[in-house]
Amino acid sequence: MVDVAFQSSRTAAAQTGRKRTGLRNALRRKSMAAFLMTLPLILLIAVLVLYPALYSLHLATLNKAMTKFVGFGNFEFLFKRETFWLVVKQSCIFAISAVVFKALIGFIVAHFVHNVPANKQRKWRGMLLVPWVIPPAMSTLAWLWLFDPSYSAFNYTLSFFGLGPIPWTGDAMWARFSVILVNVWYGAPFFMIMYLAALKSVPEQLYEAAAIDGANWWQRIWYVTLPMMRNIIAITTLFSLIVTFANFDIVRILTAGGPLDHTHIFATWAFRVGIEGSDIPLGASVSLFMVPILAVAAIFILRDITKRGNES
Amino acid sequence: MSRKKLSRREFVAATALSSAALITAPYVRGAYAAGKLSMGFWDHWVPGANSASTELVNEWAAKEKVEVQLDYITSQGNKNIVTIAAEAQAKSGHDIFQMPTWWPQSNAELLEPVNDIMDPLIKLNGDVNGTVKYLGQADGKWLGVPASVGSQIKGPCSRIDLMKKYANIDVQEMYPAGSPPKADNWTLDTFLKAAEACHKAGFPFGIGLGETSDNVDTAGAIFQSFGAHLVDAKGNLTVKTDAVRQSLEFYKKLLAFLPPDVAAWDDASNNKWLVAGKGAMIMNPPSAWAVAKRDAPQVAEQCWTHGFPAGPKGRFAPYLPFFWSIWSFSKNKEAAKSLLSFLSQPASIEKMVVASGGYDLPAYEKLTTLKVWEEQGPPKGTLYHYPNPYKHQTLSIAASPAPPKVAQQIYFQATLTKMCLRYYQGETMEKTLAWAEGECEGFMRS
Repeated sequence: MVDVAFQSSRTAAAQTGRKRTGLRNALRRKSMAAFLMTLPLILLIAVLVLYPALYSLHLATLNKAMTKFVGFGNFEFLFKRETFWLVVKQSCIFAISAVVFKALIGFIVAHFVHNVPANKQRKWRGMLLVPWVIPPAMSTLAWLWLFDPSYSAFNYTLSFFGLGPIPWTGDAMWARFSVILVNVWYGAPFFMIMYLAALKSVPEQLYEAAAIDGANWWQRIWYVTLPMMRNIIAITTLFSLIVTFANFDIVRILTAGGPLDHTHIFATWAFRVGIEGSDIPLGASVSLFMVPILAVAAIFILRDITKRGNES
Repeated sequence: MSRKKLSRREFVAATALSSAALITAPYVRGAYAAGKLSMGFWDHWVPGANSASTELVNEWAAKEKVEVQLDYITSQGNKNIVTIAAEAQAKSGHDIFQMPTWWPQSNAELLEPVNDIMDPLIKLNGDVNGTVKYLGQADGKWLGVPASVGSQIKGPCSRIDLMKKYANIDVQEMYPAGSPPKADNWTLDTFLKAAEACHKAGFPFGIGLGETSDNVDTAGAIFQSFGAHLVDAKGNLTVKTDAVRQSLEFYKKLLAFLPPDVAAWDDASNNKWLVAGKGAMIMNPPSAWAVAKRDAPQVAEQCWTHGFPAGPKGRFAPYLPFFWSIWSFSKNKEAAKSLLSFLSQPASIEKMVVASGGYDLPAYEKLTTLKVWEEQGPPKGTLYHYPNPYKHQTLSIAASPAPPKVAQQIYFQATLTKMCLRYYQGETMEKTLAWAEGECEGFMRS
């Protein structure tokens, strides 16, 4: 609509016979101005995201010596590897379980914080965000000391109750539990703050109306809160799923993929194969494996959000 | 404005005059007349060890009129190997890069051959050990100059008191300071018995079975002591052999006497084990002892670094060399070669070894008897046998003699320690071997 208005004024101006260049005309268009203002960011993304992404695609199509184009040869090779499917399984377990727990804990804690009196909320919000604001590489080091095979602070504490020692990072199942726990600890505050923002935007009148209709606590959550938060939940889940699938630091620091590869996820295994094993094309293929799956998931979730946005 | 046209005669005269002026002008050598040179050196663990390298580089730069830029790149978080990968992809970066173990081979096509400086250096300093040749040469081409800085043997570091008390082994008598080892009885059988005795006494050997370098190196040396290789030098699979089976059986017995959490050990775990006074032996260069000297002097006073136990096929010790390599895209190769030659002179090497407190090991045979190893202590002579002065053990690296690009995969995928763990945790021998064979087949892709 605005563009049309600009175009009509441009036509009127042309009729006055004033001399204008094509560039000036272009700059007068609102869309062109917007494009130019976003150009630095577009260039930044092109250089730091698009180019590396395309380059990794290119790498994934080369042979180990990077001298020959092999098309999907690296993927064909990976599909025959037992360890690769173990990594796929573990990445799914890691990402899905971590996101579910982060969402659940974030949802519960957001409700608690929402119900805290307004003057004390800021303090709680600040404290609960601490895990999320500490760089994960640093906080994971602290977790590593807590889980240390020989000097675990957790095992020391458990020993007072006659329990343990638990092989936090030495046993496959416990090691998986440990890396998921740290990821949940790190990521739950993000869900909490997003859900808290969503909760605050739910009109109070809806709850009042539900209360008049005799809705209980559960019905208020199910029929009022959740539908109103649906878009935020979808976007947060999608974002977290992508980030968790691409996680590297927590697993790398805590277990380095061990024991017996039972905690490797795509990024850590790609590093092991590509950088430590000097097989960069195969490492690139491992790291790109999830891209189409996550892209399809993103399309569906975002389409659903857009549809609901249009409906409302 | 009129433009004067240059006639052919004038052009020839001007060219001749300019050339004559250039040729006859006096040569003025500027401060950095020989150009620039940048280096990416490994950031040493030992505090102050970098300063010796810096001094030497500056000394050479002042003499040769070269402007130098020296970066120390840590191996913490694998920053050095990430930088190597980045420079190899970009074909740009430092002129010289100090590469660990496998990286000269994996970047062989991008490295400048240094045979012209290696041949005189070998004549001067003596021959290099087999592992240096295996890792540093491809098709007769030297891919780098062995750097004494960072090169190390990961042999046993034993507690004198605990070994004597519980295993009835006097490690000082077995490896006396100043004289050859009397270690004929120091075999894998003796080692196993000692591990059992120390475990019973509550001081188990601190040998990891994780996926990091220290764990893999020990497994590599023990496998080689049995003559066990997963892939031979020609690239043939040799997983299903008696030697590999014997190695796995040995590790199964040994694992019963190790701390229960060794599957999760990283390269720091064994150091902590020794420094905390929890174990009678670890396999490590003297860095753990150096930390103990600072943090737990009563432990350090009881530490003795010595040779590996011998197996049926010989006595092998893990040796991990670094190399100074010149990228083929370097713009000042001649200056780089001159610097590497200077850094490899006996006096330079001794200076760097002394600065590292004896941690660094020169690859050349004439330089394994420097005074620094005799003098280090307490206890005095604790590092005397660290550089293998009597060559009574073969210095090797895990996964050799497989072709280096295959061996690197076996090494970093920790196939050896994984095999030991799988078998120990109850998998059948044949299933473990079949798994390892499948892995190695995958590593052979080109």
